[in-house]
Order: sequence, then C-alpha cells, then structure tokens
Amino acid sequence: MTWETVIGLETHVELATRTKIFCSCTTEFGSPPNTHCCPVCTGMPGALPVLNRRVLEFAVKAGLALNCSITRHSGFDRKNYFYPDLPKAYQISQLYLPIARNGRVDVRTQAGDKTIRIHELHMEEDAGKLAHDPATGLTRVDCNRCGVPLIEIVTQPDFRTAEEVTAYLEALKETLQYLGVSDCKMQEGSLRCDVNLSVRPAGSGELGTRTEMKNLGSFRAVARAIKYEAARQIQLIEGGGRVVQETRRWDEDRNASLPMRVKENAQDYRYFPEPDIPPIRLSEEYLDALRAAQPELAQAKRARYQREYGLPEYDCRMITSHRALARFFEALVELGVPPKQGANWIMGEVLGALSQRAMEPGDMKLTPPTLARLIALVGEGRLNRNTAVKVFEAVFDRDGDVDAYVRAHGLEQVNDDALVREACAEVLAVNPRSAADYRSGKEKAFGFLVGQVMRELKGRANPQRVNAILKELLMQ
Amino acid sequence: MNITPELVERIADLSRLELGQEEVLETAAQLEQIAACMDILNRLDTRGIQPMSHVFPVENVLREDTVLPSQDRAELLACAPASDGETFLVPRAVE
Ligand SMILES: [Zn+2]
Repeated sequence: MTWETVIGLETHVELATRTKIFCSCTTEFGSPPNTHCCPVCTGMPGALPVLNRRVLEFAVKAGLALNCSITRHSGFDRKNYFYPDLPKAYQISQLYLPIARNGRVDVRTQAGDKTIRIHELHMEEDAGKLAHDPATGLTRVDCNRCGVPLIEIVTQPDFRTAEEVTAYLEALKETLQYLGVSDCKMQEGSLRCDVNLSVRPAGSGELGTRTEMKNLGSFRAVARAIKYEAARQIQLIEGGGRVVQETRRWDEDRNASLPMRVKENAQDYRYFPEPDIPPIRLSEEYLDALRAAQPELAQAKRARYQREYGLPEYDCRMITSHRALARFFEALVELGVPPKQGANWIMGEVLGALSQRAMEPGDMKLTPPTLARLIALVGEGRLNRNTAVKVFEAVFDRDGDVDAYVRAHGLEQVNDDALVREACAEVLAVNPRSAADYRSGKEKAFGFLVGQVMRELKGRANPQRVNAILKELLMQ
Repeated sequence: MNITPELVERIADLSRLELGQEEVLETAAQLEQIAACMDILNRLDTRGIQPMSHVFPVENVLREDTVLPSQDRAELLACAPASDGETFLVPRAVE
C-alpha cells in the first residue's frame, strides 16, 4: 500500500524585544540564573502583568507578513498547569481570540510551488529552565526565560514531505528576520518547532491518528524526525498495530523518537480569559500605520535585484538569504559599486569569511564603505584581485582602513612597466630552461614563469602587464 | 449540569487540591447550585453579542519596551521555601 504523510507544524518564535512580555526585566540571553527576574515574572502574589507595546506590534507585523487577517478585538487567556517552569502555575497565552488567523506562506521545493495555510498566530510567554541536580535529588529552577515574549504560529496539516517543512521553516525564518521581529536562532532556542504527524493510505480523505514530536533542535533534526516518525507509524500499521495519540520526544543522538511520559489529565488546561490583562482593540489607523511600515521582504528583494540589477536568480537568493547581507549589498550599490561585482564579493569573500568564523552576517564588523573602497581600488588598477583578497582578510575582523593598510604594507599594484620588465628579464635569466621549454612549445612553462615574476614583485604586479611583457621578452 | 463526585475529584486533582470524601460531596452540591444559576443565564439569547471577559471598560493597557532593573536575586530567592543562592529548589520535576 502507498502511504501519505500528513504534517502540521507549531512553531514558537522568541520576539526580539528588549523587555519581557509582561514586565520590564531584560530579555538578554545567557546571564547568571534568576538575575533577570522580578515579582511579575516569578509569579509573586499580587504582582500585575502589563503587556509590552512592542510585543503586540511585532505579533501584528508577523501576522501581516504571513498574510493573516488580524483580530481587531483580541485578548489573553490563562492556561493552567502545574509545572515549576512557570511559577504562576499558569501561562498567559491566547486561545479564544488569537491576534492573527487564516494566513498563508508560499514555499518552493524541487517538487514545485505550494501554499501552506496558517491556522493562527498568537502571543504568549516563555517558561523557565529546569535542571535536575543529582547531588540533592532536587530540581533547580532558573526563571530568566520566564516571560520572554513568544509568538506561536500554527499551520494547517498541509505538509506532505520533510522537504516542504524545511522550505516552510526557511521561508518563515527569512520573513521574521527581515521584519526584525526575531533573530530566529535555533541554537539559542529562539525558534523551536513541534511536529504533528500522521499517515494515511494515499488518496484517503480522512486523517490518521497523529503524534506530536518535541525537542527538535535544528532544521536537519526536523527533517530526520519526520522521516523516522512516518516510517515508524507505517511499520506499526502494516504490522497490524495502531498509532497511539501521544507526545514523543526526538532523541537526536539515537536518531529516534521516544514516547514522553505524560501525567494523566495533563492536557486539561482549563483555559479562561485572563483577568489581569484587559482586552486589546486595534484601530484601522494602527493597522494602516504598521502596514505602511512593513519592510521589503526577501521575495520582493529577489525580484527587484533581478529586474533592476540584472543579477542571476542564484546570486539574488544568496544575497537575500540574510537581511544583513541584503542590506550590505544595497549599501555597496549605493556607494557606487557595480551590482555584479558587489554580489561576487558577498557570495565569495564575505560568505566565505563568515562561514570560516561560524559567524552570523548580522555580527559582521566589516562595513560597506570599507569593502566599497577595496573594490574601487581594484577597479582603478591600484590593487590586483589576489592582493585585494589578502587586504580583505586583514580588515574583515575589525573593519580597518583599507588605504592605510595598503600603504603600510606596500601592497599597491606595480603598474610601472619598467619595474615589471626588469623583474621579467631577471626571471628569464635565472630560468633559461623554462624559457627554452616555452619557446619549444611547452605552454605550461609560461605559467611557471608568470608565477616567478609575481613572486619577485611580491604579488603586487598587474597580471595582464606581466603576461604581456613576459611574452614580448620571450619572443625576442 | 450534573456535577458528580468523580468530576469534583478530577477537578480537585488538576488543581492540586486534596479533598476528603465529605468535602467532595459538599463541593459537588455547591457546584451543582452554581451550575444551575448558569443554566438560567444560558436561557438568554446572546447571539451576535461580543463575549465580555472584563467588567471594567478598560482596553489596550500597554507599557513601553524599556528595561528597568530586575529584583535583587537574594530578595527573590528569599521568598521561596528553598534555594541554593542561585536557583529556586523544588521537588524533582525532570528526569
Ligand atoms: Zn520580570
């Protein structure tokens, strides 16, 4: 029998606000435990949560960019559960009136284009971190992440393959990064997703029993977990068993999903409207202002780069893969760098240097004026490309002064033909055999001689002049 | 609505409340009365009326996204039954 996999995704994204969702504690990552906490986010009795204006704004912006309809009259609800990662014994979330609904994301895979429908997008608070202490047998609670703002984006069960899920996650990450509402760093937990998956006979209109998978730490883990879980369910059914609706934990090391022990009744959250947070009513003016302020997103940029600059689609994809790179590219063009040259430097040297350092484009020290100057020096014939790459490496980490560096290291290209001629003559005198080889038709020998001249001139010579003068001398 | 002792026990369990057998029966009877009042309210035709979650006419209470100093950690930890000077200590909750 042929089986079809049906997948829905719940993605939690941490918003890039300065403060938490309901209190003024900082959201900064990686500080000593419980140093970013106050009575509100540690759930002290009598503390009153107040919604962060920017959380609302970011959630609406995300909703607009995901083509959702925005809920004009929205509100928060209380999700009750007893687990020490949230000291209030409830999470403030949105169940009845989520801020955005009915959106869509277009994804492209090798199999073609597809639209994934967004069921809803809502705001909620993150939970704290628990760690078991084997020494005491107790659990240590760090509330620094308690109250960090999240949006949860829930899709319809529209995915059929891991490739579609990965393409959706890439598109989602790209959009949210371009909006500036999240940095979407999966390794720091600012983008996490749960996978709901079921299988059914191909062509069936009914959904099978689904499982939910958690603890997916990377896009790769998501894809592997989907393949594993689909195979597990099919094998189970074909072996005469049936799928149990449960939550499973993905174990990356074992490359397997394992059932999580869930307490009885744990799913009964007894939601009710949150009494501490008054309702939210959004005016048309507010929404219009946010719509007008939406930045140009990656897809629009790609189309524009192709149209305005005549760049190949591949280049456009590479440059727009990160908002910081696209900004960098646009700044280069604004500084007068020919678009294709700017694109080549970004795709080659810049991306190379970043990946060598395992660095995010947003953290790059190098500024557009520095690279623009370097490209200009090559254009003016004052640096050859190889030397320029060396200068690039030297200034990349601290954004140094290109002109000063070139001067201090005497790297300016030798365009003085007399000097080049002198070096060529010397090389020919020292390597009579190679010269003879070339004259007798061995083209290879020429490359060796050029290399020797470049070495003589410390790599600063203009390669075209070296070629020309060397040929001229060899003809004599 | 029929509030059975089993339902009361289940809600008590979810709420981490320990009720004696007598308390369960007493609570069931009281909840039954409350539910009966709700049934009266339910007779009203509320089609087309926006559900009200708050009694005060207040909307959009928002604050600016400005960082203020957090609470002193020692003071916060002192509010809890147990701590190790850095974290709150609770009975084992993770595997
Ligand atoms: Zn706080």
